[in-house]
Amino acid sequence: MAGETKTMTIAEALREAIREEMRRDPRVFCLGEDIGIPGGFGGAFTVTLGLSDEFGRQRILDTPISEAGIAGMAVGAALAGMRPIADVQYADFLFCAMDQLVNQAAKMRYMSGGKLTVPMVMRAPCGATTRAAQHGQSPESFFIHVPGLKVACPSTAYDAKGLLKTAIRDDNPVLFFEHKLLYGSKGMRAEVGALSPVGEVPIEDYTIPFGQAVVRREGTDVTIVAKLRMVYEALAAAEALAAEGIECEVIDPRTLVPFDTETVVASVAKTEHLVVVDECPRTGGWAGEVAAEIQEKAFGHLDAPIHRVTAPDTPVPFAPVMERFYVPGRDDIARAVQGVLQWR
Amino acid sequence: MPQPPGDPLLRMYRQMVRIRQFEETVSRLFLEGRLPGTLHLYAGQEACAVGVCEALKPTDWITSTHRAHGHAIAKGVSMDSMMAELFARTTGCAGGYGGSMHMGDPAVGALTAIAIVAGNAPVAAGMALGFRMQATGQVVACFTGDGALNEGAFHEAANMAAIWDLPVIFVCENNLYGASTPIAEVVKLERLSDRAAGYGFPGITVDGMDVQAVYEAMVPVVERARTGGGPTLVECLTYRYTGHSRNDTRGYRTRAEEAEWKARDPIPRLAAHLTASGIATEAEVAAIAEEVAAELERAVRFAEESPSPAPEDCLRHVFAEEVRG
Repeated sequence: MAGETKTMTIAEALREAIREEMRRDPRVFCLGEDIGIPGGFGGAFTVTLGLSDEFGRQRILDTPISEAGIAGMAVGAALAGMRPIADVQYADFLFCAMDQLVNQAAKMRYMSGGKLTVPMVMRAPCGATTRAAQHGQSPESFFIHVPGLKVACPSTAYDAKGLLKTAIRDDNPVLFFEHKLLYGSKGMRAEVGALSPVGEVPIEDYTIPFGQAVVRREGTDVTIVAKLRMVYEALAAAEALAAEGIECEVIDPRTLVPFDTETVVASVAKTEHLVVVDECPRTGGWAGEVAAEIQEKAFGHLDAPIHRVTAPDTPVPFAPVMERFYVPGRDDIARAVQGVLQWR
Repeated sequence: MPQPPGDPLLRMYRQMVRIRQFEETVSRLFLEGRLPGTLHLYAGQEACAVGVCEALKPTDWITSTHRAHGHAIAKGVSMDSMMAELFARTTGCAGGYGGSMHMGDPAVGALTAIAIVAGNAPVAAGMALGFRMQATGQVVACFTGDGALNEGAFHEAANMAAIWDLPVIFVCENNLYGASTPIAEVVKLERLSDRAAGYGFPGITVDGMDVQAVYEAMVPVVERARTGGGPTLVECLTYRYTGHSRNDTRGYRTRAEEAEWKARDPIPRLAAHLTASGIATEAEVAAIAEEVAAELERAVRFAEESPSPAPEDCLRHVFAEEVRG
C-alpha cells in the first residue's frame, strides 16, 4: 500500500474510520450507550473515545439503555436521510433489538418495492471473554439468515478501518461484528487474554469492498476458512501443521454477507480439502452454511467431507477452563485438518 | 401530493368519504375473491387519520400500522396506486412487494407501513431525530393502535423522543379492542393518554369520531413539535366498524355497542355541520360521494389493467445496489 501509515489496534482503526467519515459527511453520526459521556468509556471498548470532543454530543449521541430504541432510531434516522452508526455494548444485546433489525431495517426497502433505503451500521462486540452466556455470544449466524442485512467481520486493523468506511457508505443496513479479544482496547477497558493484533493502517482514506475474502496464508493441502478471532487460531494451527509438512491455506472472508464463494472454491480446487472454523454454536451456524455452499459449488474438487470446527451447542460457559474447551482452538483445528487429510 | 385546495372542512369531508368508500370497495372485492392476502379495514376511524393529516404539511411524514389504508389516503397516497397494490400489480404503491399492510409512498411523506405492533414507534422517533439533526423543520406523526402502548418498543421510543424533545407526535387510535381483547383487560388506566405523564410530555384524549376535534387538537400539538417543544401523545377514541381482519365475526362485542358508535359516525356528522353552517349544500355534499365513487371505479380499472410482477421479481429490491460515496 502506498502512502503514510500508522500502527493501530482495531479499536483505533475503527475510531479513525468513524472520525474520517464524520468529517467528510455531516449525515454520519453515532448513537449508543456510554459512547460520548465526558469522563465516560467512549463505548464499551473505547472505539468512540474522544470523538465527542471533536464532533460534540449531538453527533456522538448517548442513549438510554434501550437497544430496540437505538436500532429503531437508526432505522428512522437513515430513512430521514442520515447515515447513523449505532452500537450496542455487547452483541448479545442485539436480541433486544431483533424486531427493529430483522423486521424493519432489513425489510423496509423490500416492502416498499425498492423506494426506501436504510443506510445504517449496527456495530456489535462479540466473542467469548469469560463473561459467560449473556455477554460472550457470537451471534453472527442469526444475521446471515436475514435477507436485506449485510454482515461484516473484520479481523485486522487494516480491514477494520476499510470495512467500516464501506459499511458507512453502503446504502443498506450493515451488521458490523467486532471481536472483543481483537480490539486492543487500552486502560481499564483492556481485555484479559486479548490477542489485540496491531497493524499498519493508512492514515488516508481507503475502503475495502464487501464480498472480497483475503488469503491470510497460502497452502496446498487443506483450505481453512475462519473469521474474526478464529483467523488467528487457524493461522496458529497452520503454523504448527507446517512443521509436520502439512500446508494450510487460511482464508478470511471479511464479510459474511456478501460472501466470497469464488475465493473459497478456487482454493478448494487446489487443496481438495476444506475445514470451516467458527466461534458460533454448531447447529444452524455460519460454518454449516459455508460447508453446504462449497459442496454444491465444488463437490468435484473435494477429496474428503468438509469438516466444521465450531463451538458446541451450548450457551457460553463462565469458568475459564470450560470456556477454553468451548471456544475452538488451534489444536481443535489442527486435529480437524489431520482428520480430513486422513479420510478415506 | 399537496392537499387539494378549498375549504378545510370540505377537504376533510372528501378525504373521509374517500377512505370509507375505499374500504367498502376493497372489502367487497375481497369477499368476491378478487384480492389476495388479508385486509385490516379502517372504516369508522376516518376522522383520526384525516384530522391528523390535515394538521400536517405535505413535507411532514406519517408512519402507519397494519391498518394502513386510511392513513395512506389521508396523507395523499394515490388510490390508484393503493388499489393496484391490493391487486398485487407492479403499479402498486409498493410494486406488489407490500400489500395491504405495507401501504405508503415516500413521495408524499407516507412511510411504507410497518405491520409489527409498535414497530413504527422507534422508527418514527428516529425519523424525527434525523429531521431535527438536518434542521428541516419536518415533523412525524406516528399512528399506532391502543395495543401498541403495551409494547416495549413504544416505551423506548417515547422515552427517547421525550429526552431529546423530538418533533414526533404519537397518535394512538384507541378503538377499544386489540384484535378481540378489550382494552380494559390489558390496561389498568382509564385514559391511555395518562401514560404520557410517565414520559414527561403531554397527553390528550380527543373524540376520534369528530374530525374537527381531532384537527383542532392536532394543530397546537404539531406546532409544539415543530418548534422544539417535543412530542405529545394524542389518544383518539374511535371504533372500527368491521372485524380485526378477515374471518372476524366480532363475537367479542355486542351489536348494541356497534350501533352506539355508528350513531356517532364522523362522516354524516360532518355532513350535517357542512350543510347547517352553509359551507356546502346537500347537493354538493352528495356530489362528493358520487365523485369519489367514480374515482374508485377508475382505481379498480387501473389496478385490473395493470401488469402483475414476474415471479422472479421477488428476487429484486433486497439490497440497494449502488454504494454511494
